[in-house]
Amino acid sequence: MLMAGIGFVLLPEFERSQLSECSSSTVAMLMEFPLEFHRFEDYFGTCSEVAIKDNVVVVYEVLEEMLDNGFPLATESNILKELIRPPTILRTVVNTITGSTNVGDHLPTGQLSVVPWRRTGVRYANNEAYFDVVEEIDAIIDKSGSTVFAEIQGVIDACVKLTGMPDLTLSFTNPRLLDDVSFHPCVRFKRWESERILSFIPPDGNFRLLSYHVSSQNLVAIPVYVKHNITFRDGSSMGRFEITVGPKQTMGKMVEGTVVTSQLPKVVLNMNLTSTQGNYTFDPVTKILSWDIGKINPQKLPSLKGSMSLQAGTPKPDENPNINIQFKIQQLAISGLKVNRLDMYGEKYKPFKGIKYMTKAGKFQVRT
Amino acid sequence: MASVKNILIVADSLQLSLSLQQTSEEQGLTDVNDRTAQQLIGNEDLHQMLDSNKDSLKLEAMKRIVGMIAKGKNASELFPAVVKNVASKNIEVCSIYCEVLDAEQKEPLIEIIEKLLKDKSTLVAGSVVMSFEEVCPERIDLIHKNYRKLCNLLVDVEEWGQVVIINMLTRYARTQFLSPWKEEEMLDENNEKAFYDSDEDQNKNGVAAKKPYIMDPDHRLLLRNTRPLLQSRNAAVVMGVAQLYWHLAPKSEVNIVAKSLVRLLRSHREVQYIVLQNIATMTIRNKGMFEPYLKSFYIRSTDPTQIKILKLEILTNLTSETNISIVLREFQTYVKSQDKQFAAATIQAIGRCATNISEVTDTCLNGLVYLLSNRDENVVAESVVVIKKLLQTQPSQHSEIIKHMAKLLGNITVPMARASILWLIGEYCERVPKIAPDVLRKVAKSFTTEEEIVKLQILNLGAKLCLTNPKQTKLLMQYILNVAKYDQNYDIRDRTRFIKQLIVPNEKSGALSKYAKKIFLVQKPAPVLESPFKDRDRFQLSTLSHTLNTKANGYLELPEWPESAPDPSVRNVEVIQPVKLVTPVGKLKGKKDNLDGKFYSDSEEQEDSSQSSESSSESESDSKNEDSSSSSSEESSGSESEKEEQKEESEYSNSENNKTKTKPKKLNSATSSESEDSSSEDSSESENDSNPENTVTQKKEEKKAVSVVKTAKQEISLLDLVDFSDVSTPVTLPKPVMASRLAADLEGLSLSSTAAVIDVATPVFVPPKSYTLLHRMSGKGLGAEYHFSRQQCIYNSKMVSVQIILTNNSDKEIRNIRIGERKLASGMRIHDFYEIDCLEPGTSKTASMGIDFCDSTQAANFVLCTCNDQFSVTVQPPVGELLLPVTTSEKDFKKEQGKLTGMNENSTAITGSPQNSSSQAIVHKVVNMANVGVVPSGQDNIHRFAAKTVNSGSLVLITIEVKEGSTMQLRINTEKSVIGSVLLRELKSVLSQD
Repeated sequence: MLMAGIGFVLLPEFERSQLSECSSSTVAMLMEFPLEFHRFEDYFGTCSEVAIKDNVVVVYEVLEEMLDNGFPLATESNILKELIRPPTILRTVVNTITGSTNVGDHLPTGQLSVVPWRRTGVRYANNEAYFDVVEEIDAIIDKSGSTVFAEIQGVIDACVKLTGMPDLTLSFTNPRLLDDVSFHPCVRFKRWESERILSFIPPDGNFRLLSYHVSSQNLVAIPVYVKHNITFRDGSSMGRFEITVGPKQTMGKMVEGTVVTSQLPKVVLNMNLTSTQGNYTFDPVTKILSWDIGKINPQKLPSLKGSMSLQAGTPKPDENPNINIQFKIQQLAISGLKVNRLDMYGEKYKPFKGIKYMTKAGKFQVRT
Repeated sequence: MASVKNILIVADSLQLSLSLQQTSEEQGLTDVNDRTAQQLIGNEDLHQMLDSNKDSLKLEAMKRIVGMIAKGKNASELFPAVVKNVASKNIEVCSIYCEVLDAEQKEPLIEIIEKLLKDKSTLVAGSVVMSFEEVCPERIDLIHKNYRKLCNLLVDVEEWGQVVIINMLTRYARTQFLSPWKEEEMLDENNEKAFYDSDEDQNKNGVAAKKPYIMDPDHRLLLRNTRPLLQSRNAAVVMGVAQLYWHLAPKSEVNIVAKSLVRLLRSHREVQYIVLQNIATMTIRNKGMFEPYLKSFYIRSTDPTQIKILKLEILTNLTSETNISIVLREFQTYVKSQDKQFAAATIQAIGRCATNISEVTDTCLNGLVYLLSNRDENVVAESVVVIKKLLQTQPSQHSEIIKHMAKLLGNITVPMARASILWLIGEYCERVPKIAPDVLRKVAKSFTTEEEIVKLQILNLGAKLCLTNPKQTKLLMQYILNVAKYDQNYDIRDRTRFIKQLIVPNEKSGALSKYAKKIFLVQKPAPVLESPFKDRDRFQLSTLSHTLNTKANGYLELPEWPESAPDPSVRNVEVIQPVKLVTPVGKLKGKKDNLDGKFYSDSEEQEDSSQSSESSSESESDSKNEDSSSSSSEESSGSESEKEEQKEESEYSNSENNKTKTKPKKLNSATSSESEDSSSEDSSESENDSNPENTVTQKKEEKKAVSVVKTAKQEISLLDLVDFSDVSTPVTLPKPVMASRLAADLEGLSLSSTAAVIDVATPVFVPPKSYTLLHRMSGKGLGAEYHFSRQQCIYNSKMVSVQIILTNNSDKEIRNIRIGERKLASGMRIHDFYEIDCLEPGTSKTASMGIDFCDSTQAANFVLCTCNDQFSVTVQPPVGELLLPVTTSEKDFKKEQGKLTGMNENSTAITGSPQNSSSQAIVHKVVNMANVGVVPSGQDNIHRFAAKTVNSGSLVLITIEVKEGSTMQLRINTEKSVIGSVLLRELKSVLSQD
């Protein structure tokens, strides 16, 4: 029922009169549920058409567990993996010989407890907990280089492999930076409300602990700038294209993985450019220019310049193309957020703990 | 989305393959069923399995029954055995059970749902409400008794269940509670009253007697318990809560959902689409709600067109006199977009802004006229249409624009735009008397090649001109009428005949032609440019019907508020459920060392076990303490502090236990009278939180179950600090100092370049106090304030982090705000804030800078530069801001204090009044004044605070001992004698104040 609903909403040409509302599900639910399909990545490594075709039985079984009579039910990956075990080569062989299935023999132990996201009886030889603080800068920079809009969104992704039922607390040196937060269900909300401490019994394996928004009061440091000079001339069949990328407020860190993309107007037939660093590609069909820079060397700024050949006889476009930038800065949380300490209670062993910071470009757009 | 499609396709093909042939996969899938069919001739063993007490067997049996039914076999004789299992707590059993039942058996189904609704498990709640909504959503009476329970369980239910329950409770609340809005409408008339009302929702119950409207406590309960769910990671839950607040909360409280909804905009575009639609509807009725987030709706060229148009809609709804200039500047960018559909929508939006805000009408009109010379035909056409609408609202002074448009007629080919221009010229032909006849001449020539819509307007124009200027146009019109008489289109021929009768007088024409002028040249009402979302309000938010803007089948109308409230007592539950009574020691453990999962649920889920497990868990905690101490002794000698800490902790918990043991006695003797003990006051309050109506009955219950009360007491004594003090301090929660080894671990992991300061604690929350840096009068419109953020400075660990809020009070933008020349005492350093390129009029920005004060209170002087001016400013640090809080145990504190005696000690006596010598007041005052950490203290009358100076890291230890007669002994130990004495003086004055 719900699955059908998804199809309906996504097909605008479908006759609306035939739609019917299901009293107990909302549109937001219809839209949100398919996002749970990333579970298949957990199962098969990728979520491609081939992977699904190869594992059609498992997909069917998992979907049946996720959707109970048309309603979403068990979407927690830990539980699903206990209900339907992920396919392995060995298991496939065994199944083929014995005729058994991937369906688990036992009910998931976690589902009946108060911590349904964690299975019981977890054992590891090496106990480790890793946390990645990843911040993304969403920004719109206008023609003159001033910031129209900028904000920082961050997540803390965790990979926790700890034996037993560990209870973790994570505190920040500057929790006041966090303006709006959303938690994995394991985080004790009251503790956060009162003490600004993340206290939780973690799920086993990978999960997103927290996503947050840095309060808009704080000024966002913009780590890169773009100098651009893109001109189309009326009547001429050539245009000039020149961009230079440089670091701005990077707190002394290196800007890496820089990729510049731009959707050029239809009148651009081809581009003839030279770059001082990295490679560029231009697809004459989609008109997408992509320039893979990599690390930005502050001493020698990467630039890309040359000419565009334009369709003859067409008027120049109204708008210059926007430039989208991706970049990464390792070991830096641009908001200044810092994890103060991580403590574990409830288990006696000493885990290995790791925290990594990274800043990335989110939707980072430069108007030209 | 590709993945969804794939799955749909795969699911389809899967079904096909299932029905066509027996593949090996299918055999695997239906394995269980096949066996069922083969093995089960009689159902005795199924009976046995259903009666067994193992869940797995029951489940297996149920599965087989489902299999039988699927094969069309009669399983009705198993019905009673199945019904018995309804009470099972196992979700799997329950959900399968629902499948077993036939839709025709609605009555028994409802009975079962009723039974299951009573279940107290969070595992069942979601599924059963889902069934309730599917089977009998009209039986609202079934909810009454379970209402409070559902509200309290909600946080712990799984996400999808939460969505369904929230939705159901929204409808329920609409039928059971009075509208909170009527009151506000009344209050709006009396502004002063409304002012007092707005921030005192908590007191609503208390001051109820004075007011005609009291929010039902159950209504409040629902709002309060759903609020934390705004922090859910699941968009459907957040959306659910948002619509609940929208439909149920008082107007003043709805705003809290805005922030969360804006967060959802980061999600996938499908979710974005739904959320934006709902926001669009909300912004029409409540503009203020999303105004602070205006910039979050700015459009990126990479957004899909549908999203762009929705964002545009929201931006348009949000425009007001104050923000119109920045919105219009954004719109200017959008108009040039390569996405022409979007550009056209932007023009419409500009038109709407122009009509809504009269100040900018002229600006918008000029902008639109400029767009008329755009190369893109669609843009021009859209502009013409919008200009037409705008001119109609105020035609008087715009003949220039009409002339300009008349000139453009030759170039514009889009029929709608041509028709609009012709209409405009006809309508205002008296303002352009010379041009109008010429236009008619031109279009008469091209009449036959025009589109129908244009032809109709040519006829209109001709008719109007004939009436106003017959001399010049009569012949022309005659010609047009003749041509039009033979047009292929019925409408045009019809119109021609009609107009001819009216404007060409002859004998036959009746009385109507006398009124021709009145008919054609009557003043037309201006069109109203309004949002397409205007009437979406009639649908409940987040429903399919709202998304489609048509009533979908099966849509349940959201009921109107009742005129008078139905009896609230229906929700009273006879058997008192001690909702918040969780196993005490479990809770304590959860707080203290977070061992126990029980901490998670505040619900009554554990109710059954709480009494029985009471003693056992207590002993468990004892043994745990033993465990931990033994484990710590195993550890290397280096971790001495940790061992001490743990001793500390066990001492603490012992005393805690002692306390709780004495309390029940007191309560017993005090029976129903309110004991003056502050903790018991708190307890009744916190019970109100969860179970507002039940306090009286609960008191009685307390008498009976002393042990239960004990549990509550203990929990509350822990809670009250957390929930009821305005400065939340970890006083009663001795935080274990991180063992040095662990600290070393973390230090290695933190990848920042500065040496990690292990012992720096999180600062206690206090409202920041701001100081004036630059007054707006002396700053030529630029105002600046500063406050100390009390965080470690991100630039340098020796600096104090200072936040500067720059406000532009002038009417021009201020550019290039930065720090210029500085006059500092030797050793002092400043880390500049990032230069602010531009500060718009009326806006403010926060800049963050770092200043190294060298642990002295001397001021930092520097020059604040803008592009035109320079202002000398001074940041004067209060001594309390030169500190950073540290955590330490009482033992360590004493040890360090022992080292800092003699010269390094300052002390004084303070006489205070009883009310300012309460521990609350002292902690509050000290923490407000200085950035210090609270050290847990074993004695009630001694308060300890610890901090270190920012620059040198020297310890600053503060001890306040409350003596009899409310005198206090204040002692500060630090090697920084200047800081010590200044701090002493300031603390003394603060503490002796009332």
